[in-house]
Formats: sequence, C-alpha cells, structure tokens
Amino acid sequence: MLAKRIIPCLDVRDGRVVKGTRFINLRDAGDPVERAAFYNREGADEIVFLDITASVEKRRAIVDVVEKTAEVVFIPLTVGGGIDSVDFMQELLNSGADKVSLNTAALKNPALIQAGAERFGSQCIVLAMDARRSEQNRSGDESSWEVYSHGGRTPTGRDAIEWAKEAEKLGAGEILLTSMDADGTLEGYDTALLSSVAEAVSIPVIASGGAGKLEHLYEALTKGKAHAVLAASILHYGTYSIAEIKEYLSQKGLPVRPVKN
Amino acid sequence: MSSLVIIDSECANLSSIYKAVKYVNLEPVISDDSKTIASARAIIFPGVGSFAHAASLISRKRLTGSLLGAITAGIPFLGICLGMQLLLSRSEEIGSDNSNKPAEGLNAIPGEVKRFPAELPVPHVGWNRVMPDHEDPLFRGLEQSSNGGAYFYFTHSYYAQPRNQTHILGYTDYGFPFTSAVKKGNLYGVQFHPEKSGPAGLRLLSNFGNIIADNRD
Repeated sequence: MLAKRIIPCLDVRDGRVVKGTRFINLRDAGDPVERAAFYNREGADEIVFLDITASVEKRRAIVDVVEKTAEVVFIPLTVGGGIDSVDFMQELLNSGADKVSLNTAALKNPALIQAGAERFGSQCIVLAMDARRSEQNRSGDESSWEVYSHGGRTPTGRDAIEWAKEAEKLGAGEILLTSMDADGTLEGYDTALLSSVAEAVSIPVIASGGAGKLEHLYEALTKGKAHAVLAASILHYGTYSIAEIKEYLSQKGLPVRPVKN
Repeated sequence: MSSLVIIDSECANLSSIYKAVKYVNLEPVISDDSKTIASARAIIFPGVGSFAHAASLISRKRLTGSLLGAITAGIPFLGICLGMQLLLSRSEEIGSDNSNKPAEGLNAIPGEVKRFPAELPVPHVGWNRVMPDHEDPLFRGLEQSSNGGAYFYFTHSYYAQPRNQTHILGYTDYGFPFTSAVKKGNLYGVQFHPEKSGPAGLRLLSNFGNIIADNRD
C-alpha cells in the first residue's frame, strides 16, 4: 500500500534557510544542504525548497543549493518559487531537482504547466496553490475558495477547485495546496478545502498550512483525503520530529515508510 | 574498456542517477554512443516520460542494436522506471504521434505495459513496498517479502506485465499486486527509482555494483 508522505518544506532566501530554531546539533542550521540532509536522516519522504529570494539576480543561488543537496540526499527534491520558464525548470532538473512547483507563473500563463509536462513528464510538475475561503464561504456554509497569487498577496478571482481540475488537465502531476486561512494558525488544516480538491482530481494532493498537533496531520490524511503533508513550523521549531509523526500515524493505522528503512 | 554506462536517454533524472551511482562508489559514464555501449561492462538504462517518445528516441539514436547486443551478451543491465518498461514488448500508452498503434519496446522481456485501472488514482506516486518473489542478489540485505518488503519511491501511470512468470522478480500492492521488478539472467528492471529511495535505494544500487563485480570474476 502507498505510504502517506511527510515532507519538510524549507524556505530559502539568497541560498539560506530562513526558519528554524531547534538545530543545535547542526554546524550551520541556515545551510539548506545541511538541513535537507538532517531531515533526510530523520526519515523525511521528500524535501521541498521554497525559494523566496526577492531579486532575480540572486536566483542562481537556489540552483547551487539543489546541486549540492542532490549529491548527499537521495529522496525526491522539489523546488518552487519564481519558476516562470521551461528553461529554468530544465536547469533545476539538471541540477538534481526531481520536481518543480509552479504557482504565480502558472496562474498568469497556464500553458506553462502543459509545456513543462510535455517536456519533462507530469511527474516533474507540481501545481502549488494558495487558496482562501471566499466571502460567502466565511459567512455561511457555501464551500468555495479563491486562489491567490504572488505568495498569497493578490486575489485572482479563480475558484480553487476549478483551477485544480484545469491544472490536472494541463498535465500537473501533483497539487500542493495551502490554505491561507489555516496557514500559521497551528489550529489544523482546512480539511474541507483539502477534500473538495482531492475529490475533484485524481492526482495526489499535498496538504499545507495549519499543522500544530499530530492529530492535525492525521485529519489532513484521512478527512482531508490528502496523500501527503507538508510540514514547516511543526518541524522547524522542534514541536515534533519526523519519527514522532510517523510513529503516531502508524499507530493510528496509516501506512508510513519506517524511519529506518 | 570496462565501464558502467548510464544510457543518455535525455530524461530529467539522469543527473540524479549519476549522483546516486557515484555515491555508492561506482564510476559511471553517461553516454549515447553505440561503441561505448557495445564495450560497456554494465548498463543502467534510465527513463521517465512517455513510452513512445523514449522508444523513438532510442531508435533515432540508433541504440536499439547495441542495447539488445548488451542484453544478449549477458552483461549486468538495470532498467529504471520507463527504462524497465522499455524492456518489454509493447505499451498501451498512446504516443505523441497520436497514432493508435501500440509503441514497441525492446522485447527482451516478453509482455505488455498497461495503464493502471481507471478507478485507481494515477500517477501512482510515493513510497510503496517491493516484495521480492524470491531471493536475489539485487535485493540482498533489504527487507524481504516475509516482512512486507522495503519501501521504494515510485512515480508512474503504467506498469509492466511480463508474459512469463519466471521473469517476475518482485511485486508491489496498489489495489492489486503489480510487477515492480523483473529479471532475466543479468538483465534487471525496476519500476521504482532507486536513486530517490533513500538508504534502500542506495543499497539496491550497491547490490547492482556487486553483481557487476561478480560478473567480472
């Protein structure tokens, strides 16, 4: 049976990790390569690098990070943030990334998903989506969510479920779905959003945003029908280790890859 | 010449395979030159993407003969993901040319490549267990079927169905048991990605290195 995946997400700016406090045993917790290797040893199933570098000139740094990470970490690596061309996808994949995640650029130009999928295969293309409950949803029980671009700053008028379906049709292989309402609250994922999208598409959905407790992860993977959970704060601030998360999920009856495999 | 050649099938994961193989102390070269392939001591045949596209690339590069020659000569050979599927006779996957003809593989392992049934989520992506059908040096030191098998990383929508039971080396359960590893003599194929499967994947690649070493003796 397919295991539920636990995926640490590292925010990288100018080639440095910007979050995390618990890494007293690492020489340099700000080094993305060391941090990725650490999570790999801890039993992470994949690693996601989200590049939040503001300036285009410093974009090269992430290529270098991927190149060095891929020499010591042998689990899937996904890179997202500012990817807006097939050439840049190619460069990241050649450096050792296995998947690229597209967000704002795909909203501006959905054909980018198709171009990437045709060139590299759907398994390389992740659609990252930031969604927020729409006005009528927040006030009543209507279930609709609006997609935001530019790191959640700009409303697009697009419906999250429709965008997910379109992305699947264009060739996306997975959807990384962040609830902007839940993100940072530590109060749990928006499982209604997760299950609505997961039921609308057949490609896997990776849940993101809101995890504060172990049961939140379990809810995302059961009620939310997600295939995987992206974990940031819960890992970076040392609330739980990957081993603790997997132990918990396993006891609750979900299949996970053992940390010592 | 005594090299381990990774076939340059122009696929996206070429560098990952190269790095993983180097990590387990093997010395690979990446090549699409038929002379280099003909003189190789061992071959890794990677591939991701569409079956028809990869099959036509192999024939356009005029590699069919040298690949089949290497297989016939019995040198250690490892097909990975689409590289495994290409060992079979043909695939149901519709090619980019939109002809309804099934694309032809190398036919080294007789059988078909089929799409997962519509009721299953595709692609099959993530970590799943491989249960070796019998003991084999490729899976030495890894969890065997009695323990459920070791986890490896998969990402694919089609699976191989060898015609001959004796070519099946391992199964994986995805709603039903499908063939995730094949073997015929020194010819191996794995549907998963050992280069992305953590310690288990590195162990499998290192086992393949031992198979190469034993073959030289």
